[in-house]
Formats: sequence, structure tokens, C-alpha cells
Amino acid sequence: MNSAQPSEAPGALLADATATVPGPVPVAKWRWRSTAEAIAIPVAAVLAAGLLFGLFCLVQGRNPFSVFAAIYKAAFGSGYSFQNTLVRASPLMLTALCTALPARLGLVIIGNEGALVVGGLGAVAAGLLVAGSPAPVVWAAMALAGFGVGGLWIGAAGLLHYRRGVNETISSLLMNYIAIAVMNHLVNGPMRDPASLNKPSSYPIPDDRMLPPIGETNVHYGILFGLVACVLAWFLMEQTTFGFKVRMVGGNIRAARLAGLPVSRLGWITCLLAGGAAGLAGMIEVAAVHGRANESLAAGYGYAGILVAFVARHRGLPIILVSVLLGGILASGGILQRQFQLPDATILVFQGLVFLMILLSDSMYGRFGLFKEKDAA
Amino acid sequence: MIIPPPPGRPAAPLDLELVQVTKRFGSFVANDRVSLKIPSGTFHALIGENGAGKSTLVKCIMGFHTADEGDVIIGGHSRDIRSPADAYQFGIGMVYQHFTLVPAMTVAENLVLSRPDLPATIPWEAERKRLNAFMRTAPFQVDLDQPASQLAAGQKQKVEILKQLYLESRFLILDEPTSVLTPGEADEVLGLIRRKVEAGELSVLLISHKFREVFGFCNSVTVLRRGKVTGGGLVKDLTTDDLAAMMMGGPRTPRTVAKADRAPGAVALELKGLRADKDSGVPALEGLDLCLREGEVVGVAGVSGNGQRELVEVLAGQRPATGGEVLVHGEWYGATRTDAARHGVFLLPEEPLRNGCVPAMSVAENIAFREFDRPPIRLAGCLVSRRGIRGFAQGLISRFGVKTRSTETPIGDLSGGNVQRAVLARELGPGTAKVLIAANPCFGLDFAAVESIHGQITEARNRGVAVLLVSEDLDELLSLSDRLLVMSHGAIVHETTPAQADVKVIGHHMAGH
Repeated sequence: MNSAQPSEAPGALLADATATVPGPVPVAKWRWRSTAEAIAIPVAAVLAAGLLFGLFCLVQGRNPFSVFAAIYKAAFGSGYSFQNTLVRASPLMLTALCTALPARLGLVIIGNEGALVVGGLGAVAAGLLVAGSPAPVVWAAMALAGFGVGGLWIGAAGLLHYRRGVNETISSLLMNYIAIAVMNHLVNGPMRDPASLNKPSSYPIPDDRMLPPIGETNVHYGILFGLVACVLAWFLMEQTTFGFKVRMVGGNIRAARLAGLPVSRLGWITCLLAGGAAGLAGMIEVAAVHGRANESLAAGYGYAGILVAFVARHRGLPIILVSVLLGGILASGGILQRQFQLPDATILVFQGLVFLMILLSDSMYGRFGLFKEKDAA
Repeated sequence: MIIPPPPGRPAAPLDLELVQVTKRFGSFVANDRVSLKIPSGTFHALIGENGAGKSTLVKCIMGFHTADEGDVIIGGHSRDIRSPADAYQFGIGMVYQHFTLVPAMTVAENLVLSRPDLPATIPWEAERKRLNAFMRTAPFQVDLDQPASQLAAGQKQKVEILKQLYLESRFLILDEPTSVLTPGEADEVLGLIRRKVEAGELSVLLISHKFREVFGFCNSVTVLRRGKVTGGGLVKDLTTDDLAAMMMGGPRTPRTVAKADRAPGAVALELKGLRADKDSGVPALEGLDLCLREGEVVGVAGVSGNGQRELVEVLAGQRPATGGEVLVHGEWYGATRTDAARHGVFLLPEEPLRNGCVPAMSVAENIAFREFDRPPIRLAGCLVSRRGIRGFAQGLISRFGVKTRSTETPIGDLSGGNVQRAVLARELGPGTAKVLIAANPCFGLDFAAVESIHGQITEARNRGVAVLLVSEDLDELLSLSDRLLVMSHGAIVHETTPAQADVKVIGHHMAGH
């Protein structure tokens, strides 16, 4: 290594020294194998869960095929049932974002249920405060309050993580219980409507200030909130500089720091947005379904949202599809009881099996030669 | 002794001989026909620079690696050691650089649990009696009921050694056992082991960087350099100068890389009393002062673990400084995006995939990490143009010869050398660097790539870039640097120029002598 190096243009040296790429670098090549993998593995996981659930039904002495047929009919079989499915899908889209957005950053947040509950409380409080104003003003106030309170809720988990090193999964999970306790306290105390006897509730939002159904359907405008939020989330993560930074942090925090990114600020903002989405879910539950805050808010949409986010691999657009599918499964809970005398919770067994299989399938990526791109240099 | 030695395990100190041991990793030869002989009851030192192949060699003895060629001869018989369990059977034990104690368990529990022949239920009372009897003959005392987590580093190291004695090891390998100890503790521990050796109970192989330990405690020494034995013998026949010469490979002629003759310009980077901690919270930088001018390459040499990594991490924004300040062009520098862009501070990190890339993102995106939020890639104030990223990256990919199937391939799929080229393209491609920090930029690269990276660095220097080169390769430092600094224990301890450099002196300073 004692030959003198001529100082030519940079790069020329490297190019000379290492027999290089012939011709121009191909720009984009559709990586269909990766795409196929990202679809095939979750689908296979859901099918596997279906198989296990079928066995479960068999053990219970029911014909699994007729159970699945009934679930399909109850979820998508008719215009009415599909509307019912969509009603359940709208909060799912929003709560799923509460896990999906921080996941892109490398955080595992499961405080969706709590953020939904406090978001609903905030929305009720704001709605009651401005109940005399025109309906759009009430809706805007409720949405803002739901988003804000939910955002601060998960933002707090983010802050604890970045400032004090608290594990965000544990803290957000435990905050669910705090949120539900706070709600119980409020609807039994300061916010209680004396007229609500057997189910303590807050004072109700006036009927004419509620989010109305779309046209002649049973589907309320909350579904638009969900759709718009998912599309915005996709756009934010895939198209903006903010999303690019978030993906850098999520992919390798050391590289992000090397690039000078403000890691904790990005994390905190993402947590705010995530909690805000779940808070909005609480808002639409209050403003379009219940009309008041009570224990029905904690109906499990938050936990189901975690499942949706994982099945959709934390991507905005697939969340829409998965929410509709899971909404359908949730909507069919009643039919299992009525038609097959299976307990209501049976559908939770199915949901739990799907979640387990999806988590298990995460370890399957990169194991199948069929899905390996052939371009490793 | 207290535990009857398992059948087949020797009762006297072992003699061990390596004959022509060769170990290759791919095309890289880590150990090249290494032979050494350690007679029974001697204290033998194995010394050499980082990457000289010391650890690989002892891993071959311990059965972590299997030598490609050559023999390990124990007590006159060639032995096939395939796992650490085999090594244990032959009576060989090793104390690692890092602690292997279970923090939540007491010393007694740690000692008992280290036995490979542990029964399913442990008769604690009987074990306790054995332990107490063992401790009466032990060279040093440690409170058996203390949890390991509450022991100071020196005590932990003692427990690690006690563990080997408790296991009746007759041949002890110590891998830089004193790197975590204060000099006082080091002397104490090595002194006690030395006494065991003199009492005819042990043979010891000590891996070290420190001449003081070799001359203070060892009978004989072997020096490795680049995988080969470059010397050795009885310690009493050698001087520190002899060892330094063997370790550094004698006087070296600096390679010349067409350095333009230019006087250094204004101060570009200045570090004043910089302090930072290691991950463990132990201070890594202890008031480091350094000054780097435009158009000069300042090399930083040192044995790894003396704060070089932490220094680079502080400059990269990956580790917070706990004191002192970093000034670039006279202004306070906080390693943010704005600061880095404004002052043109670029950085070639070591292990580029771990430190500087997002494996799951594409080659093009990784190359655009410094530019994605600036026009022309940024559109309308907040959008990232995919086409912009591709266009930007495409030119650099072909200029720097990054071999990739497409711009959209995840960078994690590329080979190490190509990842390195991609990072080089990102940091040097735009040509806007004013300060360049390079950490072991050529580690693991082949000859041609090394040559071209050296050319790039020199070319940048000739353009007036201030270059800080932190490297473990002294040859690289001598050929590229205008000034050479030696770092030890978190501070600069020596400064010289390649022309005046005396490798023996540098070696002394690196070894903390």
C-alpha cells in the first residue's frame, strides 16, 4: 500500500478500485415477493386461527362450517348486517392507529382502551359545555376535546418513556385501568346524571347535537373520521418528512441520532397523535352511539384496535380493511348466542386466537425461500 | 481437595502447547500457524494490539472455535476440544473480560451454580460446608452471602477467579482481567494468582495489553501481531522496548498518500474538557481536549476501550456529554440536524450498518438521510419526493460503486463493503463536508476498498476539510495523519507527528505505561 494516490474527483477512485455496476442503477423494481409475503403470512395466520376456532366449535358440539357461515351472514350477509359491521369498524380504525403510529417509531403502545375512555369523557364534557351552540360547533368541540385529552393521555406515556425511561408498554397498559377508574369516579360523582339509575352515566348530549347517521343508513358519520384518519396516517408516514424521520427512528435509533434527529420530540409528537386518534374513537362512541359517558365506553374497542394494528402491520391503509373484517366478527357475537347457544364471549375466543396466530406469524417473515427477493448484492 | 476431581480431570497444573494453530474466517486469517508452549506451573502472557488474534486463539483452546489446522497438546496428548464443556473436562477454565455472575444471586449461589455436574435438587447444607472449606484455602476472601450485584468490580473479578478455582481448573486463561480494575486491585488479584502459580497449583495464560502486568507477574510471554507470533521468550530476558517493537512490528515507514503540502488553516473543531460516561455509567472521557484545524488529518490512536468509541458517539449525537464542550468554527455544537448541516460536519461511523443505516429502508433512502428534508428532495415544505431521493441516490450509487440490484433494495440486504460505500457516498458525496470524523473507516474491508477510502480522506483533507480519524490501525494512522494523538483512559496522553513518530513510544503510551 505505498502507491501514491492521485487526488481526482471523489468517487472516481472508488469506482476504479472496485469493479462496479455495469450501466445505470435500476431505479424501482416492484418487489412483488415482499408484497406477497406481507399478504400471505397474515392471511395464513388468520386461516390458522379459523382452523383452531373450528376445532373449538367442534369440541363444543357445533358444526364449525355452520358457525362460520353464520358469522359471515351476521357480518356481511345483508345490507343491514354490513351497516352494523361498519358501525363497529369506525372506532376500530381509530384505536388501531393508537398502536400503529408509535409502532413505526419502535414503541409498543397498548393504552388504546384508556385513551378511548378519557377521550370520550373529554368529548362529553366539551359537548355539554357548548350544548347550546349549533350542532357543527358542538361536534368540533367534542372532536377537539376527544383528540386533545386522548393525545395527552398517550403523550404522558411517551413522556415517561423518553424522560424517565419508563417502559411504554407497561405504563400505557396500566393507564387503561386508571382511565376506567377515573371514568367510574366521574360518572358516579361529579358528572353523574341523577336520572341514570341502574347504569351510572354522565348527563346526555342533546339528541339534536349527536352525530347523525349517513343518509338512510344506520352508519353514522364516525366512519368518515376513521377513514380520513387512516388515510392521513398513511400519508403522514409514507409521504412526509415527518414520517420519514419516524421511520428512521423506528428502523435504527442510532442512525437517527447520527442524522441529528430529535428522537424524543418525534416520539412525543407521535404519541400525541396516536392518543388523539384513540380519543377521537371515544368521541364518536359518545357523539354517535351512546350520547353519554358510561361504562359502555370501555367495550373493548381499544384492545381490539391493538389486534387490528398488528394484523395490518401498522400500515394506515390495511387498517381500514382489517377494521371492517374485525368489525364484522364483533358484530356476529350475538348470533352465536342466539343461534348456537354459545356464550357471548365465544367471539372473544376467536379474536384471541387470531391475535395469537398473528403474533406467532411475526416470526415467520424471511423463512420462506419463495418470498426472498433475489437481489441481495 | 474439597470436591473430588471428576474422573479424567487432572490434579496437577497442566502444561499446554499449541502447534501451528491456524484459524480462518472466510478469507481472513485470524491466527496464522501460531505455536506456543506453556510448561506446567508457569505464568504466561499473550500480548498484542487489538485484532492481533489473541481472543481467537484462546477461543480455539476453550472450544468456542475449532482450529482449521494445528494441534492443541495437553499433558503430552493431542486433544480435540469442541466445546467449553470439553475444555472443562481437561481442566481448563477461563475468566472473561466481562462478568458472568448472576447479579441477583449471592456469591455462594453463583459458585455452586457454576458446577456443570449440578444435581436436580441442591443439598445446600452440604454444599455450604464444602464452600466454607474451600474458602479456607482460597487466596482471597469474599463474603459468600453478598448478592453479586452489590460487589464492586474488583470483588466480582475475584469471584470469577474463585469460581475457576472452585471448579478445580488446573489451567486458567485470563482475558484482560484487569481492564475493569483499578491498578491497585489489578496488582492484588494478579499477585494472588501468581502465588497460586508459585505454589504449583496452576498454570496461567494471561491476555493483556499492559507491559506492567507482563513484567510484574509473568514468567514468559508470546507476542502476536496480525495473527502471527512475532516474538516471545522468558520475561527476564526481555525489555519493554523489545516487547513494544514485537507488538508494533518494528520501525515502520509511513505510507505516503499524495498529501498536498499545505499549512493547516483556522480551527474547525475544538473539544474542551469533554466528559462522557460509558453505558455502565463509568466515566469514559475524562476531560478530553483536542483541536482540529482545516486541511489537516488528526489521528487518534489507542487501545480500544479507552474512550475512543464514546468520543465518536458524542460527536455523532449518539451519546450525551456529561461535561465540557464541543465547538465547531468557534460555535457551540450540539450535533442536531441544523448544526451538522450549517457547519458541514459529516461522520463515517464504525459498524456502518449498526450506527449509520436503517436496514429496512432502501439504499436510496439511506443515502438521502442528510438531504431528505431539504429542497430539492423536500417538496411543499413537508413532503418527501421519492423521485428526488432516487435521482439523488442514483448518481452517488454509481459514482461510489455501491453494488446493489436497485435503488429500492433494503440496505440491510447489501454486503458489508457495499453498506460502507453507501455511507461513504452519503457523507462524502455531496462534497460539502468541512469537518469529517471517521471511526475505523476501513475495518473489515478488502485491500482495494481500503486504498480508495484512504484516497477519499486524503483528497478531502487536500480540499481543506478538517479530518478527525479515530482508528485502531496504527499503520493507517501513520500514513494518513498530519498529527497523531494517543488516547488512554479517556484523555489525550501523547502527541506526535508521523515523521517523528516512534512506535515504541506510542506503544508505551497506548499500553498506559
